[in-house]
Amino acid sequence: MEARLQLKNVEKSYGSVKALEDINLKIVGGKTIALLGINGAGKTTLLRIIAGLEERDKGSILLDGKDTNGKELRQTATLVFQKTVMFSRSVYSNLAYGLKIRGKKDSEIKEEIARELHTVGLRNFEKRKAKKTSGGEQQRIALARAFLLNPQILLLDEPTANLDPYSATIIERAIMNRTKGKGIIILATHNLSQAKRLADDVVHIYEGKIVEIAAPQEFFNNPRSEMTRKFINGELDY
Amino acid sequence: MIKGIFSSLIGIPTVALGLLLYLFMSHQGEFGFLHLLYTLNGIAIGQSILITPLIVSFTASALGAADVQLRDLAETLGASSFRCNLAIMRETVWPMVLAVSAAFNRGFGELGVAMIVGGNLFQETRVLTTSIALETNLGNFNVAMAYAIILMAVVLIITLTINLVERLRQEEMPWKKQ
Repeated sequence: MEARLQLKNVEKSYGSVKALEDINLKIVGGKTIALLGINGAGKTTLLRIIAGLEERDKGSILLDGKDTNGKELRQTATLVFQKTVMFSRSVYSNLAYGLKIRGKKDSEIKEEIARELHTVGLRNFEKRKAKKTSGGEQQRIALARAFLLNPQILLLDEPTANLDPYSATIIERAIMNRTKGKGIIILATHNLSQAKRLADDVVHIYEGKIVEIAAPQEFFNNPRSEMTRKFINGELDY
Repeated sequence: MIKGIFSSLIGIPTVALGLLLYLFMSHQGEFGFLHLLYTLNGIAIGQSILITPLIVSFTASALGAADVQLRDLAETLGASSFRCNLAIMRETVWPMVLAVSAAFNRGFGELGVAMIVGGNLFQETRVLTTSIALETNLGNFNVAMAYAIILMAVVLIITLTINLVERLRQEEMPWKKQ
């Protein structure tokens, strides 16, 4: 099948530190990809580059075969940050922000927000101050905010890190139930069982390089790479 | 470095600034031709110069303290560069309101610039602070106290109003509870 999103020889350095090196990745539409790796492996950097929030030093990113720049990526992809960021406004205003930019009518916005809040288990949260909600609630708000935009590429940076099991379950359910169509979800996570549950393919990044790509069963039961085997067994250090 | 310069100018003594401006605005001064000395415009210019470092310094601190990820958030939600800047400014508007309030209090209650540049001329450049100084020198303490109370009342009302608005802003509006 034709790749919807393709990264070719993407590289990124911060000074003398190579954060990403020779990244080549092809993702077919409708897939969920899990990015695994130890802290500092380059997962967040990769997500930020795909989101168009950082410029790559080398390489190209193709969407539907067309080379894209940072601006085009920002219009196509939405990133949900590991550390939630909320505007100092109500939950409703936070959720409506992106929709208003896209010119949606207030009546449509209200309806869509109510529906999406219900999906993430936060019914009637519209009028609450977003920053006054709990960490788990903020993560769900951030997810609902991204879902509302229906991006072609949804990027999730450790969406259930530091969450209680209930909040984590709701978020995973919302991700699994999401009708992707031709859309792509890329999820960076430390949670191996989450990757098994949610992903169609698993990508292991180590020291800025992709060391393995495989379907979950193959990845976890029979990894090809020694690094991946060590990572799965918790033997890989920084 | 520029922020450091403005920060250090926040505490400039008003009489020192008043004297400096007097030298510039007097007939022999570089700006004597503008005839600003002993005018309300001269006082306004002097007090604007006085409060500028305060506003610049507070605003720079507020913008610097803004969450660096705010721009990322706005961008990933599809905002243009203009909208991103607007979003950041909206998040920092309250610290800037406090900066303006502090600047107003500083300008409203200062004496040095108003006295030296304005000259305390009756019905022309006599303001609250210079009136207090004059009435005190004349021994009219009741009048001076009345002026002082008005001065403090204005400052208090503005400060309390801003604090009240800030409190309401931070809390859920009780009348909007579901």
